[in-house]
Amino acid sequence: MLAYVVRRLFLAVPLLLGITFVSFLVIHLAPGDPVQSLAGGDMTMTHDPKQYRQLVELYGLDKPLHVQYWNWLNRLARLDFGRSFGPNARPVLSMIAERLPITLLLNIVEMLIIVAAAVPIGALSATRQYSTFDKVTTVFVFIGFATPEFWLALLLMILFGVQLGWLPISGLRSMNWEYLSFWQQQADFLSHVTLPIVVATFGGLAGFSRYMRQSMLEVVRQDYIQSARAKGLAERVVIGKHALRNAMLPIVTILGLSLPTLIGGSVIVESIFAIPGMGQLMVQAAFERDYPVLMGNLVIVSSITLLANLAADVAYGLVDPRIRVGRRRR
Amino acid sequence: MWHRLGLAFASLVLAAGCNGPSASENPIQVAADTKTATDAKGGERKSPPPDYGDTRIEASIGNVSGLIPNLTSDSASHEVGNFMYNGLVTLGRNLEIVPELAKSWEFSKDCLTLDFTLNEGVRWHDGKPFSAADVVFTFETTMDSKTPSPYKSDFQDVDKVEARGPNQVRVTYKRPYAKALQSWALAMLPRHLLEQWVRDGKLREAPQNWTAPVGTGPYRFKEMKSGDKVVVVANQDYFKGPPRMARIVYRIIPSQATIFLELKAKSVDVASLTALQYQRQTEYPAFEKAYNKFRYPGTGYTYLGFNLKDPRFADRRVRRAFAHAINKQELLEGVVLGLGREATGPFRPGTWAENPDVKGLPYDPKRAVALLAEAGWKERNGDGLLMKDGVPFTFELLTNQGNDERKKVAEIIQAKLREVGVGVDIRILEWAALLKEHIKKRQFQAIILGWGTGPDPDQYVVWHSSQMGPDQLNHISYANPDVDALLEAGRSSCVQADRVRYYRRLHQALADDQPLVFLYWRDSLPVVASRIHGILPGPAGISWNFTDWFVPKQLQRYTSG
Repeated sequence: MLAYVVRRLFLAVPLLLGITFVSFLVIHLAPGDPVQSLAGGDMTMTHDPKQYRQLVELYGLDKPLHVQYWNWLNRLARLDFGRSFGPNARPVLSMIAERLPITLLLNIVEMLIIVAAAVPIGALSATRQYSTFDKVTTVFVFIGFATPEFWLALLLMILFGVQLGWLPISGLRSMNWEYLSFWQQQADFLSHVTLPIVVATFGGLAGFSRYMRQSMLEVVRQDYIQSARAKGLAERVVIGKHALRNAMLPIVTILGLSLPTLIGGSVIVESIFAIPGMGQLMVQAAFERDYPVLMGNLVIVSSITLLANLAADVAYGLVDPRIRVGRRRR
Repeated sequence: MWHRLGLAFASLVLAAGCNGPSASENPIQVAADTKTATDAKGGERKSPPPDYGDTRIEASIGNVSGLIPNLTSDSASHEVGNFMYNGLVTLGRNLEIVPELAKSWEFSKDCLTLDFTLNEGVRWHDGKPFSAADVVFTFETTMDSKTPSPYKSDFQDVDKVEARGPNQVRVTYKRPYAKALQSWALAMLPRHLLEQWVRDGKLREAPQNWTAPVGTGPYRFKEMKSGDKVVVVANQDYFKGPPRMARIVYRIIPSQATIFLELKAKSVDVASLTALQYQRQTEYPAFEKAYNKFRYPGTGYTYLGFNLKDPRFADRRVRRAFAHAINKQELLEGVVLGLGREATGPFRPGTWAENPDVKGLPYDPKRAVALLAEAGWKERNGDGLLMKDGVPFTFELLTNQGNDERKKVAEIIQAKLREVGVGVDIRILEWAALLKEHIKKRQFQAIILGWGTGPDPDQYVVWHSSQMGPDQLNHISYANPDVDALLEAGRSSCVQADRVRYYRRLHQALADDQPLVFLYWRDSLPVVASRIHGILPGPAGISWNFTDWFVPKQLQRYTSG
């Protein structure tokens, strides 16, 4: 198992290189560049072509693309992600570091809620196919799919924030936060993240419970379930132990693939709730053509995607003995 | 949301004021509508004695990109910068230049030497005294080739800046430069903290740019949460006396809808409204009791521009015909619900450069048809389009994506021109592509775009015939010797009375020639919580006297702060 993991990690390096090269190319080929707004804006009256060229040189943007890529790669090899091109020139890593915790926290909580709710919902509606419960959840799921997040967010904000005044509308902390006691601060924070989590969970729950239902439906039609029942096992054991474990396999794959989104953050939720997370950081960087920030994020997200794939493959083994056995024989 | 952000970004690029340091405090001019004017007067006349204390929460869509204003060009950074920094001069209620760190100044007769006398006893937030050496340092920093400052062009005509004693600064210009005085609204930087960073070419990385800014301004830096908020507290040692309000929280809320809901929940004190919110969604008693709404012309105008290399548009009669064919009042109603005013030229309504005698070309389709006929567009083809030499009059109108307002303008113009027999095809392009492939390469027939204007009326770079190069801003390729002469005269005089004359004549000349059809100035629509008193709206907007804003003791809300 260990050798397998090491080999996979080793193979990931050229893959990562390829990803960064292609992304670097694409990002630099997009029209516009980071210097435009610094040189007084492209279409503003302070625009000064001489100064523009000066800045292009200052940032090394006049060098050929492959040289720029090589320089970037060189720095990356020393774990130097560089500094933002923006006026604050902050290290990319610390920009990401200050945005990551809140995004991770929100997304992990969301993911836990989604899994905790979607698995039983999916399993139940599969085992009771076409029952009232199944029909109700199906309707609910389609509503979940069809509801735009920003719209749901605004409705909830109007109801709970403006009309009822139970929850804060946006941000992460109240304005008087530093004057609250420790427990009040925790409660304040919780009340701020409630709506974002609800909104983000709503859409995700719909998708996951469908996957679960589908997967469960396939499993319960298998012969071994039939024979488990024939053995006289309790229905609870048949479904809960025999069927569920197998039905979970595709969910593990999807979960593994969802790991990078834990870090990516949701642009819509973050913007509408004014949460300074990764999604906002990236969108801003994209608009400002802040290459180092974009590339830094890409490296991190693609590394995690590769690691997540690996983790999912390992997790198969844990969930499914057949995969473990198959490997041992080789 | 992508759209909204796109819009915010595009409008920042397009409408960023042409004069950096003061760009954020220059929303211009002229009284609020009648109802708000009385509201504002309520705050101004019968107000209780000014008390100290309380916090106000301001909301901004844009992010703060840095805390040294000399490095940034976005309006959020400048609004925050204004809390903490001072220039030598600043802009007063009527956009006049008033003393700040400089007590007084004097130009030599030939406009080449400018002498500042600085206020004495001014201290940086860290307690060190401010002196003439800091002024020299700020200038050198801005011009340093390793400092990426957007304000270099303001100082390119400066020959030298010298400290003549601790409170005397002399600036010598190579040639007379009309914006000289105003350019010194630039935020002054502390030499004792930043000198080494500038020398290393790393000013952007200095802690003063992010975690520990030090200025001379009315508020001191307290805390900054990246992408979330900036908090500043009153500087008790401020040389003009401490500001009234104890604390300002500047919140970044990237969604206009969210800002509006925060306003409805009364958890934001200062924000801007959209035309729709101003006109239709805030007209209920609870909102009007909680907030005062203000309205004054904004800093930018929208125009219909032509490629004057196109022989059809080179004919002034055609351009004037278009101006007559477009009903600007209807356009205003349709696009910004009437919250704006007709543009007659490129100078902000109510400022000194505007010529009040210039009347826009009235909506008169008959006159438009007559003018087009004079220019040779007489016959009509089967579709009712005007023809000349057998070719129908149709053109392509470009504008940028993500700006709904411009899209609507294009559609209304399309309909109006069709009525006089001109066909318009609208094409909407992504901003960067529009700029790179069409505007810069002069590959367009007509465009709808906007110009942002600064407090000074100098617009040499937009209208002068020498500015037609590929990277330059006279992209409509306008050349008019009279206009050139007036632009040159206007920017090289430091005598206000002469400048007034030049720019008023320039305004007339541009209105007669219609190098582009000036459409409208959109209004700025800020709201401020009604518990905050002392706001005096003027041509400069509302924020010019923000240090005097106050909340009477019994109305204070965030007292623990």
